[in-house]
Amino acid sequence: MNPALVRRSVIVLALLCAIGFPFVFRNPATTSIAFFTVLYMGAASAWNLFSGYTGYMALGNAVFYGSGAYFIANVTNHLDLSGGIGIFLWVPVAGLFSGIVAIPVGWLALRTRRHTFVVITIAIFFIFQLLAYNLQSVTNGSAGMQLPLPPWIAATYNDYFYFAALIAAVLAVVVSWTVRRSHFGLQLLAIRDDEDRARGLGVRTGRVKLAAFVLSGVLTGMCGAIYAYYLGSVYPPFAFEAIFDLTVALMAFLGGLGTVSGPVIGALLLEPLQQYLTQQFTAAGLSLILFGALFLVVIGFLPQGIVPSAEALSRRVKAARSR
Amino acid sequence: MGTELAKAVVDGVLTGGVYALMAAGLTLIFGVMEIINIAQGVLVVLGAYLSYTLQVHAGIDPFVGLLITIPVMFVLGMVIEWGFIRRLAPRDRTALSILATFAVAVIVEGVLTQAYSADLRTLSAWYVDRSIHVFGFYLPYIYLFGFALAVVLLAALYLFVYRTRTGYSIRASMQNRAGAQLIGIDIDRVSAITFGIGAAATAAGGTVYGATNTFNPDSGYDLISRLLVIVVLGGLGSIGGALVAAILALVIEDVTAVLWSPVWSSTMFFAVLVVVLLVRPTGLFGQQAVRAQ
Repeated sequence: MNPALVRRSVIVLALLCAIGFPFVFRNPATTSIAFFTVLYMGAASAWNLFSGYTGYMALGNAVFYGSGAYFIANVTNHLDLSGGIGIFLWVPVAGLFSGIVAIPVGWLALRTRRHTFVVITIAIFFIFQLLAYNLQSVTNGSAGMQLPLPPWIAATYNDYFYFAALIAAVLAVVVSWTVRRSHFGLQLLAIRDDEDRARGLGVRTGRVKLAAFVLSGVLTGMCGAIYAYYLGSVYPPFAFEAIFDLTVALMAFLGGLGTVSGPVIGALLLEPLQQYLTQQFTAAGLSLILFGALFLVVIGFLPQGIVPSAEALSRRVKAARSR
Repeated sequence: MGTELAKAVVDGVLTGGVYALMAAGLTLIFGVMEIINIAQGVLVVLGAYLSYTLQVHAGIDPFVGLLITIPVMFVLGMVIEWGFIRRLAPRDRTALSILATFAVAVIVEGVLTQAYSADLRTLSAWYVDRSIHVFGFYLPYIYLFGFALAVVLLAALYLFVYRTRTGYSIRASMQNRAGAQLIGIDIDRVSAITFGIGAAATAAGGTVYGATNTFNPDSGYDLISRLLVIVVLGGLGSIGGALVAAILALVIEDVTAVLWSPVWSSTMFFAVLVVVLLVRPTGLFGQQAVRAQ
């Protein structure tokens, strides 16, 4: 069978499953997990768009997540918007706001490389978290901000957010895919493989890296805005969450760093599992131990991630068959 | 104002010494293995809990208890290196090491939560609550003892790294891993010892941290972010740099609290790194060209 056709039908099938999911599973507990899974698909894809393609480990994407969350909280409060679908129209604007935040952050952080870059993104993340506590006039400090309550009934409440997150996730994947196939994407991959050589060959590394960083920020900010609206409130430790930074990285790693489908698969496996572990083992310590252990198993056995490992396997099978 | 400012500087120097000790382990591990040990923060908390347990159940003074906790943490560090770090695929080693040590941190946090619950604890001893009156202000004894301990251990670490055969091996591995291997240095052994030393430093740091702060299993994340800032500020791989950076960052934090507001002191701590890296991308004492890939 034609592999392109197989791929296309798998994508269409997956999309149909995603759209049909809330119509089949009506339990709010289930749709809540589905919402988070889809949201993290978007966030992990956004992380991968910069870090996976360029090889720069950014551990501060929660900066954009939180910026998007606080932006939408401010907009709804200042414009006195009432709850409803209309608020979702502000999600792309929140994304753009996060993108604007990403410009100085990226300019600053991208002056460094490798380990220093990792640490400076962590430092910038903590600065933002502390700012969220301290800039009372914009964030209301640790008292947090409330968003308007949507008028939807409990049975279908999650569905609106689920589809909003799904649109954001599809957008993130489509952007990742487009970038991956573009000249721009090739430049990013060249930076990952050998930045100095890429520069020597005429890639404007600074500009290209910053563009990818900002793009990643826009997509992450959109996810953050949806998250804030779903929770109905924004507090500094939830908007700027350190675990978020590592979770999206782990998802991309599990699926396959730098691949388009990797972060989606990683999120699809990890987020429900994490939610399940937290629900199943009420002892907080035990779920942490299990999650950490699982984490180590993944790193130990699939250091390349699922998608590249599967591709290598299918190549080997094919080679064995043709012999 | 003058006395307050002087006290802020003295406090910053004294606590900075302890942070330098914890950061020295981190920077040494980075220097030899080129990995970032995210678990360093939670290991400090583990050290604090070990001291706490010895004190509550066996009545051993936290400082005396170091005779037990330092060797225990040394062995634990070697086990972590052997079990999780050595096996990482060489490709993407940096990124994988962050995830692997984060996983270790999550597991340790889980074990601590299981064993001690998430309640805040603190170490207590006569020197924690009492202060000494010098130069017109009160200094808690624990700050002095902690600083003295940090100075002694940092000096011992310095002597070990610069005056012993194993120390030579460690420094050779930091300078050129492949070259060190070529002249017959057992890199695996050096890596395990380095990780052990890094963890042992957290045992001592944890005791002082536990006596000067309240802590719970979650405290490791705040700590590791500060330690990372110190290590990068000082220049990755430089022990002396970590010492200067730790004291500088903590003095600035304490002085900000006096001159401006305690609310902004933590922000300043992180802002220092951003400002310094704008001017010097290698950190204060970094020799390694960080911009080279």
